[in-house]
Amino acid sequence: MGKTMYDKIWEAHLVHESAGETSIIYVDRHLVHEVTSPQAFEGLRLAKRRVRCPGKTVATMDHNVSTRTKDWSLVEETSRIQMQTLADNCKEFGVQLYDFSNANQGIVHVIGPEMGITQPGMVIVCGDSHTATHGAFGSLAFGIGTSEVEHVLATQTLQQNKSRSMLIKIDGKLGFGVTPKDIILFIIGKIGTAGATGYVVEYAGSAIRGLSMEGRMTICNMSIEAGARAGMIAPDETTFNYLKGRDFAPQGADWEKAVAYWKTLPSDQDAKFDAVVEIKAEDVLPMVTWGTSPGQVTSIEGVVPDPDSFKDPVDRTAARNALVYMDLKPGTMMQSIKLEKVFVGSCTNGRIEDLRAAAAIVKGKKVHAGIQAIVVPGSGRVRRQAEKEGLDKIFQEAGFEWRYAGCSMCLGMNDDQLKRGERCASSSNRNFEGRQGPGGRTHLMSPEMAAIAAIEGQITDIRKHLKR
Amino acid sequence: MEPIKTHTGVIAPLDRVNVDTDAIVPKQFLRKIERTGFGKHLFHEWRYTDYEGTKENAEFALNKPEFRKATVLLTRDNFGCGSSREHAPWALSDYGFRVIIAPSFADIFANNCVKNGILLIRLDSKDIDGLFKQVMASPGVTAAADLEKQTLTGPDGKVYPFEVDAFAKHCLLNGLDQIGWTQQYNAKIEKYEKNIKTITPWMA
Repeated sequence: MGKTMYDKIWEAHLVHESAGETSIIYVDRHLVHEVTSPQAFEGLRLAKRRVRCPGKTVATMDHNVSTRTKDWSLVEETSRIQMQTLADNCKEFGVQLYDFSNANQGIVHVIGPEMGITQPGMVIVCGDSHTATHGAFGSLAFGIGTSEVEHVLATQTLQQNKSRSMLIKIDGKLGFGVTPKDIILFIIGKIGTAGATGYVVEYAGSAIRGLSMEGRMTICNMSIEAGARAGMIAPDETTFNYLKGRDFAPQGADWEKAVAYWKTLPSDQDAKFDAVVEIKAEDVLPMVTWGTSPGQVTSIEGVVPDPDSFKDPVDRTAARNALVYMDLKPGTMMQSIKLEKVFVGSCTNGRIEDLRAAAAIVKGKKVHAGIQAIVVPGSGRVRRQAEKEGLDKIFQEAGFEWRYAGCSMCLGMNDDQLKRGERCASSSNRNFEGRQGPGGRTHLMSPEMAAIAAIEGQITDIRKHLKR
Repeated sequence: MEPIKTHTGVIAPLDRVNVDTDAIVPKQFLRKIERTGFGKHLFHEWRYTDYEGTKENAEFALNKPEFRKATVLLTRDNFGCGSSREHAPWALSDYGFRVIIAPSFADIFANNCVKNGILLIRLDSKDIDGLFKQVMASPGVTAAADLEKQTLTGPDGKVYPFEVDAFAKHCLLNGLDQIGWTQQYNAKIEKYEKNIKTITPWMA
């Protein structure tokens, strides 16, 4: 029987396997950030352990950083202590750090791919649930907790049981104005926020093959929002073209050898998956969330649902709670919902293509009165590239704030937050209660839809503003 | 890690589906660089009516007198979803919870619990409904978990068998140092590292 890509990568990384025990798998690259690592480094110190492979470990600062300033002295004190702790730990243990003031600093899931650290066939982990982003390259990438961060630092391996495999196949032609963000929101709406729990998902089909690397990253990024351990997409020419020449990509003779190896990774024709979901690309419309879980989502043509329309009593209660928190009434047209804030950025949609698409929408227009709109590039490199293309000017002329790189308002751990009761159109990944700030209300959507929402002052169908 | 073999305690009900780790411990408390002291921030947004966490929300289950001493948490599907933050199990454990009962748990959260001596018990939704009914009918009732036997005894004396991964069970029963466990296979790790230098040198 054929093997899935997950089978192949799993087998290539098995260090130890024995009945009744957990397996041990090797970790090729370990990405570290300031929030989930201090206790792990402290654990190493207490047990007098060292970092086994500092050269396979890369650190950056993203969750806590202010995107308003590069002046350390202006950063809130507890954030500064956490960032300083990471800097001290990296120095003590010999780990490469792209710190606050480094030109390559950025969101960990943006800088890994753009520097070519992320490569097909690798096992990549990070103390962050959106690590699945890197699976877009045909790697096995997933989030881990701090105890596991410590385990990887100490042993360069992870204790792991093999997950089940799920194939999500999206065939056909995407509709007008439909983006990768809409695909993943559609999938989460269809299978539910725990629909892929216990699975590693492979996304395939003609609609996926047609996407750029950045679009693929957006899809893999939100695998966790469907409960999946990881999401992955088979590497192809798009992947190789993206990687070639990047800082840490294989060079010279190694490049040819690597490409030959990468071509062996895609799932075999006769590979068997434990579950298969098939989606017609034509069914996907621009999507927007109405509730407090990414699965509480509908199309831009839809309305806020009536909680009583849910069959399952648990879903009914969840919808009722969500509508109270979101201050929405059943039957309200999604397109009539008024906003206070707009956020374009995050590890889901803070890459150059996202910024280009958003800039194209707002060019020559003005942000609606009463709306605060911010654009936060995913990394220092994305910011510089955008400035080279004049995107910063387009955004600023339209009335958007142009920021430095960081996680920013995606999780509100820094100085970018929603105030209680404020409603935000956000290109990020989670609409949980309080996610963007205590009492804040989040509507997830594509960066294009967030951009047009800033102009219109309310949730808006992007298709009315795009030229066919 | 403190081993857990058996545990009997008061059950607190949290009748919500998809409780995410942002709700378990909000982001403003993640800036600490220690593992301790997160219990007071557990379920902060639901537990308190003010941002500072000085005024308790009397409606929230954990604040009701009969659930104050709860060490067993009863909840719904997909508990612990979202962010990978281990601060969530640190907060649950620091607050005093040793056992959590739900139909399902999110993947990373479940892994994190094993590292922190928290026993997760998965039961059918019907059994969960039954337990909720018992807890609401007589608040303050207890449940008894026996990890060795893989059973949970409910307030009504009914015994629910549960499944647990064999290695997770071993770790929880023995409070295992998992890094130490892996390091007994150091020779295998070294051999693996030597091999990949020739097979996939660009990764090694």
